[in-house]
Amino acid sequence: MATDFYNVDSALSEEERAIRDTIRAFVDEKVLPVIGDCYIEGRFPKELVPQMAELGVFGANLPEEYGCAGLNNVAYGLIMQELERGDSGVRSFASVQGALVMYPIFAFGTEEQKRHYLPKMASGEIIGCFGLTEPDYGSNPSGMITRAREQKDGSWVINGAKMWITNGSTARVAIVWAKTGEDKSDKSIRGFIVPTDTPGFTAKDQKGKLSLRASDTSELVLQDVKLPPTALLPKSDGIKSPLMCLTQARYGIAWGAIGAAMACYEEALAYAGNRVMFGRPIAGFQLQQQRLAEMLTELVKAQLLALHLGRLKDDGTFNPQQVSLAKRNNVSAATDIAREARRLLGANGILAEYSSMRHMANLESVYTYEGTHDIHTLILGQAVTGINAFE
Amino acid sequence: MNVVVLVKQIPDPANPYELVDGRLKRGVAQKVMDPGDEYGVEAALRLVDQFGGEVNVISMGPAAAMEAIRRALSMGAHKGVLVTDDALGGADALATARVLAAAIKRSEFDLVIAGVESTDGSTGVVPQMVAELLGVPQSTFAKEIEAKDSSLTIKRQTAAGYDMVECPLPAVITVTAGVNEPRYPTFKGIMQAKSKPVDTVSLGDLGLGGDDAKPTQSVDAVNPAPERGAGEKFEDDGTGAAKVADLLKQLKVI
Ligand SMILES: Cc1cc2nc3c(=O)[nH]c(=O)nc-3n(C[C@H](O)[C@H](O)[C@H](O)COP(=O)(O)OP(=O)(O)OC[C@H]3O[C@@H](n4cnc5c(N)ncnc54)[C@H](O)[C@@H]3O)c2cc1C
Ligand SMILES: Cc1cc2nc3c(=O)[nH]c(=O)nc-3n(C[C@H](O)[C@H](O)[C@H](O)COP(=O)(O)OP(=O)(O)OC[C@H]3O[C@@H](n4cnc5c(N)ncnc54)[C@H](O)[C@@H]3O)c2cc1C
Repeated sequence: MATDFYNVDSALSEEERAIRDTIRAFVDEKVLPVIGDCYIEGRFPKELVPQMAELGVFGANLPEEYGCAGLNNVAYGLIMQELERGDSGVRSFASVQGALVMYPIFAFGTEEQKRHYLPKMASGEIIGCFGLTEPDYGSNPSGMITRAREQKDGSWVINGAKMWITNGSTARVAIVWAKTGEDKSDKSIRGFIVPTDTPGFTAKDQKGKLSLRASDTSELVLQDVKLPPTALLPKSDGIKSPLMCLTQARYGIAWGAIGAAMACYEEALAYAGNRVMFGRPIAGFQLQQQRLAEMLTELVKAQLLALHLGRLKDDGTFNPQQVSLAKRNNVSAATDIAREARRLLGANGILAEYSSMRHMANLESVYTYEGTHDIHTLILGQAVTGINAFE
Repeated sequence: MNVVVLVKQIPDPANPYELVDGRLKRGVAQKVMDPGDEYGVEAALRLVDQFGGEVNVISMGPAAAMEAIRRALSMGAHKGVLVTDDALGGADALATARVLAAAIKRSEFDLVIAGVESTDGSTGVVPQMVAELLGVPQSTFAKEIEAKDSSLTIKRQTAAGYDMVECPLPAVITVTAGVNEPRYPTFKGIMQAKSKPVDTVSLGDLGLGGDDAKPTQSVDAVNPAPERGAGEKFEDDGTGAAKVADLLKQLKVI
């Protein structure tokens, strides 16, 4: 592939390459032929879920004893990369299912919760969503208003609203984060497994999106939602618990962004070679060569960054700030690459028949969710200076 | 039902090919299992899913052909045999068939599945020679396969339509590209493939000698196929559709 300029392939194991090649073929054969139409229709290609499950996409880096593929984090990252080479919406679906719903059940759930939910989520039988963001609390989820009140018999009643929730309207369970104390402190935040057919729970799709159109994004309303004691994720404890989930998802996003960038770079390179203007291919003009050289350089940097981060994660020596750096850099690089690719394509670049503008628009969501670019800047700033500049 | 699948590792057909002395250059980095052989693997897996037994994948080729075997194992095949020997370099169809037949005979089998023809060599004769050397019936161009206890019914694709062919087992069959939709290897399957048994054997291990591997054909020259001339043009003066239909009838397309 033209996108492996530094022979990163040679740093992958035979299994990692085989996994990447399998998911790459799946994306080429099943996602790419339909995704342009899905985007225009504003529809997530739900029909692909069973086959993604069959391959082992969901929670691929969680253990086999819960029905998952038990892959290492590099293989997992490569899967995210290839899915997002198809579309950020498809990758988002997998990120939410694996990193934001299966992971918290795995990390904070009881053995019964894990045995009940994880195999069914790996097989795609149960789809999940993750409700953290609220209408008035985006970058600052610690301020959330949603409350879960424990009843005398140990059951719970949840009230509140969540916004921008990926998979919200298709999910059969929602991981809902709520404060369990009466004060404003984020220490009482805990996670709940909420079946979406519980009375009082409603999900409504958000309309009018100009980005991530091949993905369902919904508003959740929880009004006196009554849940048994077993709905609580008992090991969740304060704001750090949802942030741990975000670290998992952001790791995947750092890889995913590479996929979107690869698609755009390849499209631009091929187009530049074919499009003749002023008597020669536009690839022959210095301005377009500079464009391609910049795109390629940022792509290679992102690849090397993600791979090394993956190895650190597999060694168990990575920290969330390193994930912030990779999410921040790779997504930002991908947004630039997508925009430059779109421009290189001229008028064709605005068509859904090509992928660059779709990726470009999608990446604005990716730039914003899972901690905006700015928020990761502040996380890094705090990490290196020791000074909190958030408030 | 124990099913043997013959799979060939070939230079990735997605890339441009190179010839050396009239023969395909095989030492290229990008090699894949012949896409045509994936249908054979899928057909074998379905039969074994239905009737039990094991899928044994056999390939002859350089050491890198192991990857084709692993691909089949990651799709779900149970075990494999790789025949590799320097003496086999430049082997032709008959030599290949001798080697494959000897490798197949090493264990019990009910059915051997091969592709109709390889994507690179495309002689389309290896499976027939294998059947002859094994002394079992062959049934080719299978587009649908149905198995009973000791016999097989296939829908055999022909230029005119289909033949329904029944044949006793054991047998050799070749499958066409339309026979099924090959599954993707699952991630778990890929991880398990490495721990499945694969025998690597030489000519000597099969009881064959250098003479058995000697090519029986030589390549004198390779010429590109002539360019196709421009097609026939019909100006539509109101009778265009009828003229096109006539031509198609003449060509027996409709
Ligand atoms: C398509 C999509 C899908 C999503 N899916 C989910 C989901 O599944 N689950 C979920 O819980 N959430 C989800 N989100 C929500 C997402 O995580 C939030 O939108 C994000 O955290 C930003 O919050 P906000 O939109 O309220 O922006 P705000 O927090 O209001 O930020 C607005 C602007 O202010 C900046 N800003 C904020 N604070 C500071 C500061 N201290 N210093 C400097 N600048 C600051 C931000 O960088 C941004 O530019 C999704 C969002 C989108 C767009
Ligand atoms: C080291 C080495 C170098 C070789 N170099 C060349 C070369 O340069 N040029 C050349 O043409 N051939 C070469 N061969 C042999 C070649 O790989 C073919 O096996 C042989 O020529 C068969 O012809 P075909 O591909 O046209 O078979 P076809 O009859 O078209 O193949 C039909 C089916 O038979 C089966 N089959 C065919 N070949 C094999 C195989 N090797 N292993 C398992 N199943 C098989 C497959 O199922 C295939 O779909 C070499 C072999 C070795 C070991």
